[in-house]
Amino acid sequence: MARAATTADAFNAVAEPRRRQILDILAGGERPVNDIVAQLGLAQPLVSKHLRVLREVGLVDRRDVGRQRLYRLVGHPLKPIHDWVKSYEQSWSVRFDRLDGVLEELKEDDKGDGNG
Amino acid sequence: MASRKAVVTLPTDTQILITREFDAPKHLVYKAFTTPELIKRWWSGDRGEVTSAEVDLRVGGRWRYVMRAKEGFEVAFHGEYREIVANERIVSTEVFEGMPDAEEAAVVNTNTFTETNGRTTLSILAQHTSRAIRDAVIDSGMEIGMQEQMDHLEQVAVSLG
Repeated sequence: MARAATTADAFNAVAEPRRRQILDILAGGERPVNDIVAQLGLAQPLVSKHLRVLREVGLVDRRDVGRQRLYRLVGHPLKPIHDWVKSYEQSWSVRFDRLDGVLEELKEDDKGDGNG
Repeated sequence: MASRKAVVTLPTDTQILITREFDAPKHLVYKAFTTPELIKRWWSGDRGEVTSAEVDLRVGGRWRYVMRAKEGFEVAFHGEYREIVANERIVSTEVFEGMPDAEEAAVVNTNTFTETNGRTTLSILAQHTSRAIRDAVIDSGMEIGMQEQMDHLEQVAVSLG
């Protein structure tokens, strides 16, 4: 069950809108914590809490340079989520492609009804 | 021409949202969604065949779909209609009958049909009762996804042989 637990953690970490914003900010490159706080417009303790959650599931990493604490995005834990979304999209796309076929017929029927 | 691909997002930690645009007016998309003979033709995708589709389209009415998978086993889903606005919106519950404590794990789906210039955007918002259940759905989905990849791999292997 280790895989499932890890996956769920990363999902949960990403499901929080503020944490997604942090990931978006870090997608642009490594940032000092003050930058992240400024961009989010949230209180520092709250931002630190979100960063801690992200760090615990391995989505961000940090290092200290002089007096600055820098955070960066670690992409690979996002892969299971990305893979799931892709496969879920794929299975719905197959259904919807079939639905397209049904709709083409219904449109023809509709035309027929309308004209005569 | 907008994308015809289904787009999946996770708006909150208990929701899954699927959207897709169709080149048809909304009354036809709604019809394909609510007419048993039409549901049978698309709902299972390429996973199998819909052997039964029951639709009692009124508030408090029930629906039930049964699919026979290519592998031979049957899976069934059922639920109850909670809100119906013809050609606009259907809110209904969804229960996967194979799951333990299935009724408690019911999902509430809100299907919205929005038409612009003769094209319809369908959105399906699945609201799960808890994060744990949403995660369980995702985990089972990943297993199915992996299984499908295996199947594809097998087909490729067979065709190479």
